Amino acid sequence: MQEHDMSWVRTEMALAQPAPPTERGAYAWVRKNLVGSVGDTILTVLGIAIVAWILPQVINWALINAQWTGPDRTVCTTASQGGIHPDGWTGACWAFVNAKFGQFMFGTYPVEERWRPILVAILFVALLVPMLIPKVPRKGLNAILLFLMLPIVAFFLLIGGVFGLPHVETSRWGGLLVTLSLSFVGIAVSLPLGVILALGRRSKMPIIKWLCVVFIETVRGIPLITVLFFASVMLPLFLPAGVTFDKFLRALIGVSLFAAAYMAEVVRGGLQAIPKGQYEGADSLGLGYWQKMGLIVLPQALKLVIPGIVNTFIGMFKDTSLVLIISMFDLLGVVKQNFADANWATPQTAKSGLVFAAFVFWLFCFGMSRYSMYTERRLDTGYKR
Amino acid sequence: MASQEILREEPSRGSFINDPKIRSLFFQTLVVVLLFASIWWIVNNVIENLQRLHIASGFQFLRNRAGFDISDTPIAYTSDATYGRALLVGLINTIIVAVAGIITATIIGFVIGIGRLSHNWLIRKICTVYVEIFRNIPPLLVIFFWYSGVLAVLPPPRESYHLPFGSFLNQRGFYFPRTIWGDGSWLILVAFIVALAMAWFVAHRARQRQMSTGQQFPVFWTSVALIVGLPVLAFLLAGMPLTFDFPKQSTFNLTGGFQIKPEFLSLYLALSCYTAAFIAEIVRAGIKGVSKGQSEAAGALGLRSGPILRLVVIPQAMRIVIPPLTSQYLNLTKNSSLAIAIGYPDLTATAGTVLNQTGQAVEGVFIMMIAYLVLSLITSAVMNVVNARMALVER
Repeated sequence: MQEHDMSWVRTEMALAQPAPPTERGAYAWVRKNLVGSVGDTILTVLGIAIVAWILPQVINWALINAQWTGPDRTVCTTASQGGIHPDGWTGACWAFVNAKFGQFMFGTYPVEERWRPILVAILFVALLVPMLIPKVPRKGLNAILLFLMLPIVAFFLLIGGVFGLPHVETSRWGGLLVTLSLSFVGIAVSLPLGVILALGRRSKMPIIKWLCVVFIETVRGIPLITVLFFASVMLPLFLPAGVTFDKFLRALIGVSLFAAAYMAEVVRGGLQAIPKGQYEGADSLGLGYWQKMGLIVLPQALKLVIPGIVNTFIGMFKDTSLVLIISMFDLLGVVKQNFADANWATPQTAKSGLVFAAFVFWLFCFGMSRYSMYTERRLDTGYKR
Repeated sequence: MASQEILREEPSRGSFINDPKIRSLFFQTLVVVLLFASIWWIVNNVIENLQRLHIASGFQFLRNRAGFDISDTPIAYTSDATYGRALLVGLINTIIVAVAGIITATIIGFVIGIGRLSHNWLIRKICTVYVEIFRNIPPLLVIFFWYSGVLAVLPPPRESYHLPFGSFLNQRGFYFPRTIWGDGSWLILVAFIVALAMAWFVAHRARQRQMSTGQQFPVFWTSVALIVGLPVLAFLLAGMPLTFDFPKQSTFNLTGGFQIKPEFLSLYLALSCYTAAFIAEIVRAGIKGVSKGQSEAAGALGLRSGPILRLVVIPQAMRIVIPPLTSQYLNLTKNSSLAIAIGYPDLTATAGTVLNQTGQAVEGVFIMMIAYLVLSLITSAVMNVVNARMALVER
């Protein structure tokens, strides 16, 4: 009889219970991520100490105590230094950045002509944004406009001397204008040049191969400053007497050659990663060398090395700041040049100017790296091993 | 006639224009001709330009009197020394800042890189913020930030910050006590070398014993005891032959002690902070590159978390880490040329001065290029040796 009681079978599912309160919500998250063990707790306390030490200082300096506007150095100095603030005050001098903003952007480009770089910038953004959004159609036309038409239009607009535009020498260019134009041309030149060098390095023709190897390895082995020295001191010696080169152009040549060598190594990595069957398949279809490379190998290889290419771009964008050493004034150069302005000489000037420049550089580089991560995910066709 | 000739020919291979061999020969000849033509043209121009500027080519200028002062001189140098000596001082300065930077950047980089993989959310975020900030700003800007933003606004010598161990920090740099070793110091050095040898011997025997009997021996603590203990013992036996030359504050300056100038300090700190961000990413990628199965298998074999890291994960991660780490070391060495922007007399800065004074542009740039290439080759060679030791031993 008792067997009947034993053979009871449950007919409905037990209701799912919520996880115990110690395993969910903020409490569990804190326990798992902050105070998991004794060591973890010590680290957390240490981390909180670091943040509590740095963050208030930074916020106080950059926002709360900062001086946003003002005509000259008195607004950014303490009473004993001849200014308006009580002694012991430290805060960012954004008034300096505010007053010099035009210079930081355009250098000594004539004020009444500044609409020209602004127009170029608007054109650039108008062409770049649809280029970056994958859904916008007509990529081919867009690329032609961006990489062929824009440089020509920008050249005539910025330099002038035609269509009634007054001529502006490149020595008057400066600030973000120089940074962006150097890096745009550098990017546009170094990628194709790097591809050609990489193909040359993998070429079966021994002389071409060794020329490429020697060029790439030499340039990669020396600092950019040496290359810039080379471009600014030795290029004039290489040319016949009387022929002179614009300094801006010399810097462009130096930066582009330098970036091309690094680009070549990145592209070579991609070329090596393409299985041999792809080359052989192209050969068996009867494609010639340039068809094989242009239609089969390079599209796959370049896709593989997008992160590397963008890293080289970012590196080059940062490296343009080095033209300061051959006395050209990019964003960093102009900022540094303005430290010497007696009207703004305060203990906070240098820090504020540099933090502003760092922020601008950071925005561009961070943007580029995020976009490359997005592209990488988008182009990932699942062949990754 | 025509048909007979065709018959006598080899099977048709198409026009010779399409023969890859002839094509490649043609293109290579073309490149060589163009190359030699342009070199000839350039050399001609250079000779002509130099004659016009009355500059003698060649390296004789290296023996002439330099006539300029250098602020940081690790070896004896006066303005009466030769240009060659000046360049040597520059080269040594480059090496000093590069080696110091590499060591510091590696330490910071490993700490931050491991921190980015921590279970601790806060530590992870702090490390990420560090990496994302320093990776995305130019190194030159970091150098200027330390130089003009931080070190230049420190108080003047009279109001120096007092730091522990009798060291000072002010506008003119960082001062700390200089050590003066008295008689009998050689005993300490000897004890140190003996300790190293003994530690190596102990490790060797311990491994042999573990191989044959399976018994372990606390090698690490024994080695620490030997390497610390023996020199300390020698120090006491020799009668403590160590005195310090403390920096002293006088009215306008600090005297005595050892001074690190702000130029060196800002270059060194900036290069270390900047490169550390990249090394951190490399270390993170290396550790993530070791598959989880490896540490799980090690755990299944009964190893604890310490030995798992030391014996299983790190050796495999190092294989991934070392090649990109090498290129970061090379980058740091090359970035040390940014010293010219703040006036630290490294190779580029001294070569630049020499180049301006003598007008020997070709030779100056040539010396710079050779020096950096040689430094790069030496660094690569050392790292290749390390890499070979770490590499997978395959059967």
